[in-house]
Amino acid sequence: MSEYAIEMRNITKTFPGVVANDMVTLQVKHQEIHALLGENGAGKSTLMSILFGSYSADSGSILLDGKPRDIKNPNVATSLGIGMVHQHFKLVQNYTVAENIVLGMEPTKGGMLDMKSARARVAKLSDQYALKVDPDALVEDITVGQQQRVEILKTLYRNANIIIFDEPTAVLTPQEVDELMDILKKLRSEGKTIVLITHKLKEIKEVADRCTVLRRGRCIGTVIVKDVSEQDLAEMMVGRAVKFEIEKPEQQVGKVMLSLQNLQVTDQSGIVRVKDLSLDVHEGEIVGIAGVDGNGQSELLGSIIGLLPLSGGAILLDGKSMGNLSIRERIQAGLGYIPEDRKKFGVVGEFSIAENTALKNYYLSPYRKRFGVLDFDAMKNEAENLIKQFDIRSAEGAQTNTGSLSGGNQQKVIVAREISLSPKVLVVAQPTRGLDVGAIEYIRKRIIAERGKGRAILLISFELDEIMNLCDRIATLSKGSIVAVNKQNEVTEYEIGLMMAGSKKEAVR
Amino acid sequence: MKLTRQKLIQSDGAVSVLVVVLGFLVGTILVALVGKNPLNMYKALFQALSGYNIDNGRMNIRYIAETLNYSVPFILCGLSMGFAKRVGLFNIGGEGQYIMGLTIAQAIALLGPQVPVLHWLLAILGAIVIGSLWGGVVGILKAKYEVSEVVSTIMLNYVALYLSRIICLQLPGATTYKTANFPETALIGNTFFQKITNNSLLNNGIFMMVIAVLVYWFIMEKTSLGYGMRATGFNKEAARASGIPVVKSISISMAISGAFAGLAGGIVALGSFKYGRVLSGMDNYGFDGIAVALVGNCTALGTTLAGFLFGLLKNSQALMQGKQIPKEITFIIQGLIVIFIALRSALKLYQEYLDKKQLQKEVGIK
Repeated sequence: MSEYAIEMRNITKTFPGVVANDMVTLQVKHQEIHALLGENGAGKSTLMSILFGSYSADSGSILLDGKPRDIKNPNVATSLGIGMVHQHFKLVQNYTVAENIVLGMEPTKGGMLDMKSARARVAKLSDQYALKVDPDALVEDITVGQQQRVEILKTLYRNANIIIFDEPTAVLTPQEVDELMDILKKLRSEGKTIVLITHKLKEIKEVADRCTVLRRGRCIGTVIVKDVSEQDLAEMMVGRAVKFEIEKPEQQVGKVMLSLQNLQVTDQSGIVRVKDLSLDVHEGEIVGIAGVDGNGQSELLGSIIGLLPLSGGAILLDGKSMGNLSIRERIQAGLGYIPEDRKKFGVVGEFSIAENTALKNYYLSPYRKRFGVLDFDAMKNEAENLIKQFDIRSAEGAQTNTGSLSGGNQQKVIVAREISLSPKVLVVAQPTRGLDVGAIEYIRKRIIAERGKGRAILLISFELDEIMNLCDRIATLSKGSIVAVNKQNEVTEYEIGLMMAGSKKEAVR
Repeated sequence: MKLTRQKLIQSDGAVSVLVVVLGFLVGTILVALVGKNPLNMYKALFQALSGYNIDNGRMNIRYIAETLNYSVPFILCGLSMGFAKRVGLFNIGGEGQYIMGLTIAQAIALLGPQVPVLHWLLAILGAIVIGSLWGGVVGILKAKYEVSEVVSTIMLNYVALYLSRIICLQLPGATTYKTANFPETALIGNTFFQKITNNSLLNNGIFMMVIAVLVYWFIMEKTSLGYGMRATGFNKEAARASGIPVVKSISISMAISGAFAGLAGGIVALGSFKYGRVLSGMDNYGFDGIAVALVGNCTALGTTLAGFLFGLLKNSQALMQGKQIPKEITFIIQGLIVIFIALRSALKLYQEYLDKKQLQKEVGIK
């Protein structure tokens, strides 16, 4: 037996315009939890996709237990004992847990599906690895954490000895994260080798034995986790010293600027997504909405911005009712919006930076001249100002095609536009999703600065860290209702986690 | 070398030129394959373009004028398609809007007040208005009720054709295929053009076409309305979230789109014929406009050039037949051009492949 369960030697993989992996070497020992750390775009997922056979490497070799292997596709990977738990689950919603697990490898008896033995085997696996889940429940009825267990069981059912987890905690509440950590340890003790793709340092410190750090497609090094601090890992990941906490000066809050009163929102298929939701946001205050994705956040956002109609309740901006206003009228009334999906809702990729920074006020003076003629030079000048002010990196200044910018710079274009309009209320959704650490720091500082100017800010984020870092008050959302609103310094991440899962705060204490 | 190639592939204009060249190249091969001399095809095209007959050395400016006259409806229908396309809509209804424009222009020509200038002006305005209504209805259906514009425009094409027959059969002097002659006041002929071009059909419609091209460019590139429309066409969701009135943009753009096609119908009715036609089939300018806009990348200049090319092909058909070249070759070339336009994305893939190879080489060297 070789020392390493997995050896990936000098892997290089290029995509049009990017080197995703540049001579990366990864060695994973038997029965260890090996973390793969890096920022978004560092090449972690690409490397693991190569190991799983989804991509083929341009050069380099893969050895499993010392033997060179050519992993052409995921089926080969499966037959070699490699399993992968994807970030986005690949489950059939209206099949039962057991049916999902055996799908593609159904046991048969005389040509007929033998569900009985399938169920028995699933039950046995779930017992052995302490993966509690009801084999007869429909996948659509179980929680996200349980769905993840189904994915793990799928790999075990296929006799995986090596299991790759791709950002497994992104969709979980803190409690579910704790449970997952226990599952990982259990799998290790049962003899499995685990690769954990993540950018969360805390998790690495908690469960991983060793950690390989990638940065911009290159391998920075492999360390033994217990010998290094989170700070060390962060510096390896980013390439410079990182500040975790953002300085947030004390701030006097003013009057109520945004008032949501008994909001009720139904989605397009008529399902009530936001129920009787009330919340006030004051001047000079950041109020966060914590919650697991899919608990009504996007419908709440849509109703505030004006994309979705209200089916009940009222929205007041600076005391004036906004519920019946058009989107443009809401913007004119002082509503700013930094959307969660910046490519879809934030910018027009085919437009220049100048055209994007004017997207909300192009029809007003000074851009609009007589007979509806636009002054594109004025747009360009203003954009050049914003480019300087917000440090937007572009190839050709204000004329640059926005779609060609990096995600961080696209986000800066949006932030620049929204802030330059001096909104009374700024609604911010997932402002740092998919950005690198430098851009994250910058965007967060800007949001704090807006708070300093007395803006009322509503922040919706699935990253609890972000909520805890930025917000003055935190409203926890579960199934479309607010469970409780707490001051940031009077609540812990753990308590918010419990409330995210639906239990009342009183019950926590 | 590599940089220039990359630039060329990324430039839409260069791709269009390449596509046209490819179309002619394959067309040439086809002519040769059926045993005819491709040179004759080019002689015919040259004559339609310059008026000069290479075989007998005679010059007749009339051919240039006819090419221009044929180009007018192609360009206008191209603008119609292009305007909607820039807002993200696929207006297949250019034909119906054209037919309605033609019909109303004929009706006003036969029934309207016979006052010089005012008469044809009314007829042309009528054509523009009915075209924009015919398109605008589609826009409202699309914007308010999410009715696919592709389906509704195709259906309205047939409504237009048969409605046109009903209306035209009621006009004075109507037989199964034509009406009485138009009064002089309704015609848009230009006696000066007729004099210098040996009685070609070139008429005042060409001035209207030029104005239309300028209006197209002005609205799209210069105005607040055009800005909102382009934003809607590129990214409807972002436009909506930014407060751009998307519903309004879509409705107005379909109305303007229809106006261009309606104008085309009016010009053809009053410029190329002395009587009203009772249509038995479609003229197909509306459909050809789709190809014109695609070749012209929906820009004002590109569409004008592409429309001119189509006019040139159409005018050279008769000349080709005189030189034993089947005129159908012009349709084949048009078809090939459209097919090659669809290959634009293949060119982009090719570029990506080249980029990737280049990058691999660079990485390999290290």
